[in-house]
Amino acid sequence: MRLRIKEHPILNFEEEKKVIHFTFNNLPVTGYEGDTIASALHALGIKKLSESSHWKRPRGFYCAIGNCSSCSMIVDGEPNVRTCITLLKEGMDVRVQTNKGEIHDK
Amino acid sequence: MLAKEGVATLEQVQSRFPNHEILARPKAIIECYENIPCNPCSTSCPFEAITIGEDINNKPEVNFDKCTGCGVCVYNCPGLAIMVCEVSGDKLRFKISYEFLPYPVEGEIWNAINRKGEVIGDALIEKITLTKRQDRTALVQVLVDQDYLYDFVTIRRKI
Amino acid sequence: MINKDLVIIGGGPAGLCAAKMAAEAGQSCLLIDRNRTLGGQLIKQTHMFFGSEKQFAKTRGIDIANKLVEDVRKHPDLIEIWDDATVVGLYQDKVITVLKNELYIKVQSKAVIISTGASEKVLAFENNDLPGIYGAGAVQTLMNVYGVKPGSRIVMVGSGNIGLIVSYQLMQAGVRVLSIIEASPKIGGYKVHASKIRRLGIDIVTSCTIKKAIGTEAVEKIVTVKLDEKWNEVPGSEKEYEVDAVCIAVGLTPLTNLQSMIGSEMKYISELGGLVPVIYPNHETSIENIFSCGDASGIEEASSAIVEGYITGLLASKKLGNVHPRYDELMDEYNTQLNNLRNGPFGDKILNGLKKQGA
Repeated sequence: MRLRIKEHPILNFEEEKKVIHFTFNNLPVTGYEGDTIASALHALGIKKLSESSHWKRPRGFYCAIGNCSSCSMIVDGEPNVRTCITLLKEGMDVRVQTNKGEIHDK
Repeated sequence: MLAKEGVATLEQVQSRFPNHEILARPKAIIECYENIPCNPCSTSCPFEAITIGEDINNKPEVNFDKCTGCGVCVYNCPGLAIMVCEVSGDKLRFKISYEFLPYPVEGEIWNAINRKGEVIGDALIEKITLTKRQDRTALVQVLVDQDYLYDFVTIRRKI
Repeated sequence: MINKDLVIIGGGPAGLCAAKMAAEAGQSCLLIDRNRTLGGQLIKQTHMFFGSEKQFAKTRGIDIANKLVEDVRKHPDLIEIWDDATVVGLYQDKVITVLKNELYIKVQSKAVIISTGASEKVLAFENNDLPGIYGAGAVQTLMNVYGVKPGSRIVMVGSGNIGLIVSYQLMQAGVRVLSIIEASPKIGGYKVHASKIRRLGIDIVTSCTIKKAIGTEAVEKIVTVKLDEKWNEVPGSEKEYEVDAVCIAVGLTPLTNLQSMIGSEMKYISELGGLVPVIYPNHETSIENIFSCGDASGIEEASSAIVEGYITGLLASKKLGNVHPRYDELMDEYNTQLNNLRNGPFGDKILNGLKKQGA
């Protein structure tokens, strides 16, 4: 929670937001309504979202606006979801993606 | 200095200040050393004291006869490069823009900071205003020692 | 197949302004944006803009976005908006394919304005793929849109306006910026921004670059190194910083996938950020009725994108037979504004690039 901005001279983040429950690699966690999957994970201190397909190097997001695909994860069984632009929803099952993503993953 | 470190030289700073007699009244000090396309200081001045002209890349010129030191340009400058300075007895009174939390409170003593970000002494917070017109840029009036005329530029909370 | 006369792809400053002008000219259009919120990257710009009041100077980017969106929403009869919709194809017969709500939709257009903006450049160094190493824009999105700090100790790589502005915004969000490093011998952005940062006590180190990042699951440390006048590393000048995030602000490159896909003539122009479409008079690409404006045809400030959007909106509607009642007057006015924005020393690079870009 230390990464959530509470007060800001220009922006207003004080409004109470609805808590969204989801799982990260089977672990129950929470974010807020309005979060993307990546922003919610980042606020929890989770930066590694996927592994590179060949060398299995850890990967996080880079652009946060859906350009670079470095944030691909498996969401509700679907691989290659750009988590930096996908809104967090109640009950989502979010997993670190460690391969290129297979059709049978879904 | 400015191009490599972002710190204006003493000579540059001094070139922006009028003499002590003029500073007996509050005056706008504009530290805009570069030709950039920008003119809100000039268009926001209620006294037409700041001139940029047709080409918005010109550097602003202050007419110290017209400038009343009201501080409107201070919070309207997108580069936050303007402050108001006044010599008051053996002290200096500055009005600066401030966009960080927590805001200073009247009567507090904060650190006086120079252009390199170093602490140079104390600054007494005299007043802080944050009206709707200021659009979230606070205007802080402080009193500092007279020695800091060309050094003082902002404040920092004491830890 | 849906038929639309004018389709504008990208609802950032350029696309919004093009739509506004088209509507004022009586030209109907479809504005497609892949985000849930219109406004492009303005929605994370918390600082006051430069320029003149005509381009909303001294207004914060977030508020400019609202104004531009409001302008567009004033014409619900003429401007149809598809948000959360991604254009995935643009073909020579001017058919556009769009992915919207998991549906694949085909749109037959007569003219297209491509205003897709830009993407962030990356920098090559050891372990540059470690989590925690983010583009400057990503950091802005994370903290200014979602209210999440990227970390608590950060080093900024690059001292252009974006690097300087984002450093300031990081400090406003309560993140400690340890240093800004810049490979060139001089600060890249406006000195007023640099001074704003320096007085917060942040060092700006020129002739310095990032040599490598260190970490297992995420960045934990970085090593910087000084560069000599020939841009070679100075041995022994390495410095370590303990960080939990690194911000890369080494510039933007136009998003030109659609211009390339439709086969418009392209050119590499470094002054404009990389590969850009050749621009013909009328702001068209080499393909008739395919227009391109804003960062998608060359990296500039948002204020220029706004004015370019207005101009392209006027031109495209005229081409389709809808001439704005004040066409001549507005074209004069906007061209003057553009010249004015590009007139200073920072505009030289842009003007050089534009010279090469013209057909």
